[in-house]
Amino acid sequence: MNSRKKRTLCTLMLLLCGALILAGCGTTTPPAQPSGNTPAAGGGEPAAGEPINVGFNLELTGSSAEFGLSGQNGMKLAFDKVNAEGGVLDGRLFNYISADNKSEAGEATSATTRLVGENVVAILGPMTTAAVLGSIQLVTDNSVVLITPSGTNARLTINEDGTLNPWIFRACFIDPFQGEVAANFALDALGAQTAAIAYDIVGDYSVGLAESFKTTFEAAGKTVVSEERFSAGDTDFRPIIENIKATNPDVIFVPAYYNDDGRFVAQARDAGLTVPILGGDGWGSGDMVGIAGAENMNNTYYVDFVSIDDPSLAEFVSEYEAAYGRAPDGFSVLGYDSALMLIEAVKKAGGIEDPEALRAALENLGEFTGVSGTMSIDPETHNPAKSAVILEFVDGVKVFKQKVDPK
Amino acid sequence: MANLSVEFVLQQLLNGISIGSIYALIALGYTMVYGIIQLINFAHGDVMMIGAYVGWYCTAVLHMPFLPALLTAMLACSLLGVVIERVAYKPLRRSTRLAALITAIGVSFFLEYGMMFLVSPQTRTFPPVFPQTIYHVGPLNIKYGDIVIITVTLALMALLTLVVKYTRIGKAMRAVSFDKDAAALMGIDVNNVISATFAIGSALAAAAGVLIGVYYNTIGPLMGIMPGLKAFVAAVLGGIGIIPGAMLGGLALGLTEVLVSAAGFSTWRDAGAFLILIVVLIVKPTGLLGANTREKV
Repeated sequence: MNSRKKRTLCTLMLLLCGALILAGCGTTTPPAQPSGNTPAAGGGEPAAGEPINVGFNLELTGSSAEFGLSGQNGMKLAFDKVNAEGGVLDGRLFNYISADNKSEAGEATSATTRLVGENVVAILGPMTTAAVLGSIQLVTDNSVVLITPSGTNARLTINEDGTLNPWIFRACFIDPFQGEVAANFALDALGAQTAAIAYDIVGDYSVGLAESFKTTFEAAGKTVVSEERFSAGDTDFRPIIENIKATNPDVIFVPAYYNDDGRFVAQARDAGLTVPILGGDGWGSGDMVGIAGAENMNNTYYVDFVSIDDPSLAEFVSEYEAAYGRAPDGFSVLGYDSALMLIEAVKKAGGIEDPEALRAALENLGEFTGVSGTMSIDPETHNPAKSAVILEFVDGVKVFKQKVDPK
Repeated sequence: MANLSVEFVLQQLLNGISIGSIYALIALGYTMVYGIIQLINFAHGDVMMIGAYVGWYCTAVLHMPFLPALLTAMLACSLLGVVIERVAYKPLRRSTRLAALITAIGVSFFLEYGMMFLVSPQTRTFPPVFPQTIYHVGPLNIKYGDIVIITVTLALMALLTLVVKYTRIGKAMRAVSFDKDAAALMGIDVNNVISATFAIGSALAAAAGVLIGVYYNTIGPLMGIMPGLKAFVAAVLGGIGIIPGAMLGGLALGLTEVLVSAAGFSTWRDAGAFLILIVVLIVKPTGLLGANTREKV
């Protein structure tokens, strides 16, 4: 072996590292153009008193348009309904102004700027975490409350240093709460005494769910017998599955996304593990059944925000279908509930002239029932403790299993 | 840490051999190309990815059975390998090795993001091409797919050994790897031999791609990166340029990975693989089977 060859191999190693770094950072810069959309105003004609202006900052076009459009339908339905019933505060009606954030954080900021200029008392949306982050500073400076229907990132309401963002609220629970729900389901419905956890060490989402599952499960006096870690994108889970199998758990909790977990479920079943396998809402999208196989997915359950075939949603579903001619999805439900939260808070505050009173009313909303279930907003974190649903895979089809209320 | 029962150890060994066979198949392509033109073909893992997509198209869209789909994918990728060599590497044969290496990385990105553009980054699933039978041999669970992986790998390796040892093209390949200029003087068409090497290596990668796709049931445009790097480690571990070394390196790497995971350090699995690379480069840069002088095919 001569030194020239050694040098070449060292160079190769460096290049390899460089290639990995390059492959890891595909970023796109959102073009920052002013929004050219004209606001679509709605609502009835003003009755007694001025209308109450509410802004929608939503993903109406772009990659997340499906979320934004569903959310907007839900919000409109709630406001139209309360307007048709005569409004709030002795006949004041809601007037909603919709702004498109094009599914981009930069556009969300300019949409918020525009809505603040329209003197809205509150902004509903955006649906996605990144777009909400771009609006926090603006709504805080202008004392406008913002309710995101589906932004789940914990950092939206609580900053890195633990301080509260006082003007930000949400209608959904944050990700780690799902771990608590899954643990309670394993304990109460499945009667599990022991559990194994396998999670994606790279994803905050997965780590958060695994931690909260473990805390809740162990707080009930039961044991987590095995904790295995993997990295998103791994294909071969057999070694860790053998480790789990050797500890003989009653349930396995695998809170990552559908593609990793689909492979995990298939390989676990192949290894002869027949115990129930649980997951988070990362299982809800994508072709998990195609990856794992319908038969392997039997006896698996996952936590989701809402389920449209939940019987308690029947009235909402029929109203929604009558209004839009299509079935609602989870985002429509959360959009509807964020509007209900605002309506309740306006009633409770007794007026909209004082932004601080409206903010305090939202913060102290207390126990509150929306379409997605009962919730109570924690004044310390602005995160709602609320009911979640458990869905079961039966021969490849998601079936509503039960609703789990917060403890 | 799991308790060490005999069945646990045996099952983990089986898992290691099955994943190691895949690494070995890909490593063969790396090592053959390196043996001939001293190029680390970083696009090799992506050729495997293309093979997986061809296999997917054959089974999911054309409803072909497993074996014809495997052969079609191998054929398509051997053509692709030759085209890549002719278009991207041949014009650079007289330039520095670094230029060719950078080009290989470029080809790799081209294939990855070209496929992302063509077929979307969405993961796809194979239709069930194998029976989902699981054989219970004693305490072991052996999947039908495990048997297919190991059988196909062994068959291809045996075939490759025969080709390299006993055929005219195999002799020519060994001659070119020994001394390109002398081989040319003896009347060997060096360009054809290099093309043949790329064709064979790419066909083996395609076989690995189809096996991975069918076994793990998910394919995506970036699926080639990790297995490609691991196979590179396997090739260096066994001694780059040496065919039996690639087989040995692949199996050793697969078993090491499983060992690391089974010992409860699953997050260190990939780190373990690359640690092996560093240790080999420091302690025995020619690899397990490497001689201290020249590399041979």
